[in-house]
Amino acid sequence: MEINKLTAYELIKKQNAGEVTSQEIIDSLKKRTEDVDSKVKAYVRFSDKSFSNLQLTTYNLQLPLRSIPVSIKDNICTEGLNTECCSKILQGFKPPYDATVIRKLKEAGASIFGLKTNMDEFAFGSSTENSCFGPTRNPWNLECVAGGSSGGSAAAVAADEAILALGSDTGGSIRQPASFCGVVGLKPTYGRVSRYGLIAFASSLDQIGPFAKDVRDCALLTQVISGYDPNDSASVEAEVPDYTKALTNEIKGVKIGVPQEYFIQGMDAEVKDIIEEAINKLKGLGASAGQISLAHTEYAVPVYYIIATAEASSNLARFDGVQYGYRYRAGSQSLIDMYNKTRGDAFGDEAKRRIILGTFVLSHGYYDAYYLRALKVRTLIKQDFDAVFKDFDCIVTPTSPTPAFKIKEKIADPLKMYLSDIYTISANLAGIPAISLPCGFTKKGLPVGLQILARPFHEEMLFKVAYAYEQNTPWHKMKPEL
Amino acid sequence: MEYEPIIGLEVHVHLKTKTKAFCGCSTEFGKEPNSQTCPVCLGFPGSLPVLNQVALGYAIKVGLALNCRVQEYTKFDRKNYFYPDLPKNYQISQYDLPVAKDGFLDIDAQDKARRINIRRVHLEEDAGKLIHKQDCSLVDFNRTGIPLLEIVSEPEISSPQEAYEYLVFLKSVVEYLGVSDCDMEKGSLRCDANISLREEGACGLGVKTELKNMNSFRAVREALAFEITRQTELLIQGKTIAQETRLWDEKSGATSSMRSKEEAQDYRYFPEPDLPPFIITQGQIDGIKKSIPELPREKLRRFIRDYGLSEYDARIIVFSKKDADYAENCLEIFPEKNKKPIANWLIGPLVSEANTRHCGIADLNVPAGELVELVKFVQRDEISNLSAKLVLAEMIDTGKKAADIIKAKNLIQISDTASLEKILDEVVRENSKSALDYKQGKTGALMFLVGQVMKKSQGKANPKIIQELLKRRLADA
Repeated sequence: MEINKLTAYELIKKQNAGEVTSQEIIDSLKKRTEDVDSKVKAYVRFSDKSFSNLQLTTYNLQLPLRSIPVSIKDNICTEGLNTECCSKILQGFKPPYDATVIRKLKEAGASIFGLKTNMDEFAFGSSTENSCFGPTRNPWNLECVAGGSSGGSAAAVAADEAILALGSDTGGSIRQPASFCGVVGLKPTYGRVSRYGLIAFASSLDQIGPFAKDVRDCALLTQVISGYDPNDSASVEAEVPDYTKALTNEIKGVKIGVPQEYFIQGMDAEVKDIIEEAINKLKGLGASAGQISLAHTEYAVPVYYIIATAEASSNLARFDGVQYGYRYRAGSQSLIDMYNKTRGDAFGDEAKRRIILGTFVLSHGYYDAYYLRALKVRTLIKQDFDAVFKDFDCIVTPTSPTPAFKIKEKIADPLKMYLSDIYTISANLAGIPAISLPCGFTKKGLPVGLQILARPFHEEMLFKVAYAYEQNTPWHKMKPEL
Repeated sequence: MEYEPIIGLEVHVHLKTKTKAFCGCSTEFGKEPNSQTCPVCLGFPGSLPVLNQVALGYAIKVGLALNCRVQEYTKFDRKNYFYPDLPKNYQISQYDLPVAKDGFLDIDAQDKARRINIRRVHLEEDAGKLIHKQDCSLVDFNRTGIPLLEIVSEPEISSPQEAYEYLVFLKSVVEYLGVSDCDMEKGSLRCDANISLREEGACGLGVKTELKNMNSFRAVREALAFEITRQTELLIQGKTIAQETRLWDEKSGATSSMRSKEEAQDYRYFPEPDLPPFIITQGQIDGIKKSIPELPREKLRRFIRDYGLSEYDARIIVFSKKDADYAENCLEIFPEKNKKPIANWLIGPLVSEANTRHCGIADLNVPAGELVELVKFVQRDEISNLSAKLVLAEMIDTGKKAADIIKAKNLIQISDTASLEKILDEVVRENSKSALDYKQGKTGALMFLVGQVMKKSQGKANPKIIQELLKRRLADA
């Protein structure tokens, strides 16, 4: 039995039956990580001592995630454990507190894996190439990217170096890498999961979410991390339903909308075929599908890059070398000089690009033309979804227009890179939940992801549809060879 | 050509909440540097602000007291600028939807009633404190995140004295509401001023300068007066005024340029995404309205009307709520219709004791009933005014009752003529020359004789009666 290849649900059952111990789970993950992570590079700051950081929790049969290790993206604060957003500027930063999600995981009996997962610096990117530690590689093809920005979390789960993982999703940073790596990833409704302790990229768009090997595990982890948090003013006091109740394998009568604007030029032909096949599969299971229109889709990418960069430029202002992280020490003439040298030296190109963009769109005289206008279009995009959800239970789309691309293929062309999030960004702008799950493979053996979107706070609809699809397809059982 | 100044004031007051504006840290003043901090007020990565509802309530209260329209929908914005005392390198403030706007404050300036319009009242967080040493700079974040209220007047204050009076009234209103200590020394009240000049009677505004670094109301008045002279001279010489920020220097009594308009920062305000907008309900407003006490100007008018105080006297006790409440208590329990005797004691001996002790009259801790007792002793002619003042000082120092001190010191005046006549006999005998002088028309000699009697009686003789007796006796002889 390869313990590390099991799901959390299976491991909990086996623990209850006395067939596996928490130590065995840890040991098998350690071994797997030691064996394959030099190839995948899902984790950062790997060293002999890394596993001594592992925070084991007490074994308690009553707890929902008893002794299940969860791997954490490098932008989620873990007390005493380096949290650097894969940026030189946060070098050596050990948060003095746990993010709310980490506290919830510990309370649920989970153990926090001692290595953090790789990501694009400050979650700026779609390929995990913008990490100061270098790119994560796709377990299905090491020449390809794992997607991003939560590429490390997606790859760790896909390569069985993790049972469960947390990522963050600002414009697709969970769903796109989940799609590229052939795992399940969910961006919850904005306000469902506390952002307290998530190092902010774009505060009005960021959500923490789970990566899992299948839909049941995804529901299990979502259950644990969801809920109102008084420390996050944007979190919502809404009851969290029992998500396992949605895992019925029954979708008769579910009305699925398919947006015409998402099947456009530039979309990979293989991806298109696979998605259409998946929609047919859902119809075969008793759902009905109809064409819908999300008229403002074409504005999603520009609107996103105005709002997200504006917020990021302000959120990243605090990284100035004064209190924590990196400071330029080779001599500065003045305070401003220290700021300039510290930030100039330690931020990567993409971070600098976004700070400059965001600073520009908020500048005096440009605010109305860019930021304010973007906010208005954001409202229109949200209204598009509201209208559709009056008649449809969910929307089904590709997660990404292409399968995983080659490392370095798009890194020199930011615009091309930005377009790889074209199908995922709208959910963040509208604040609605969306899941990505494997729905097939290209001829070259790269996974393709199916995205399902639902009304705000209706994650159970995502689990319902995704679970039925998964139970009637083989994709989630496929494993990459490493 | 004559020029007239147009002045606008921006006042910042610390709100007296137990905890900071966006986290649970204590706001207590004077603690060990950086001991009152947490990941939120230190701006640590991943931390998020949560609004202190008490601070919002206080802001609404001030807005209502300043006759503002309280917004039913208010939001916070980020003001972006880099400075080491600002850990996030942005300040959570309010830009286009402040808590309250469009109000006014009625004041009395140079005996004229004036209405100064208030543009806005908004809530924001304070920054930390930089301490500059010889070879380094240190930062104390204890103050970071303390809720700060910014009250902005319209530019329509017409003289430095009027600005001074506006500040006196505004401070008093805020103090009355119990939402701030308004202590300039502790930095819980700060004031910046905008000033421009225009030809008298002209419309529109001239080029303004912004004045900073005034540490007292008097400094605000002086800095404005200095600016008026400076700008007038420039205009008379046909020169133009530069739009700039100037710093007041207390020592030299002058302002100097800090930065020009071109160097002004672009704060790149945008809505704070970590704090959703707040809806303020009518119910909330009504509840807060009920908690607003009688405000200083109404109290001033009432004291003048009901207690017969002069405006000058009333102002002395009204601006501090504690003092006004104390005074009112004394005035109320004073058992006579004419309140003048007790009022004179309040604004006379009490205020003078308070001044020497650098506090307010209420802080002297003389119970109102005891003060009234003391004044009644004087009213009944049982003790002299002079003795009464000494008794008051002892009451303040020891907390003893007036009657006990008077008894212990045997201060009751000798008013019965039989005893006094005896002393008189002696004095006239011993000072026959003075007595003769008086009879020959040197009226000043009488006071000398009165003094001698007082001396012999160890201050206990009733000077009025002595005078009468002396006059009668010397006229007889």
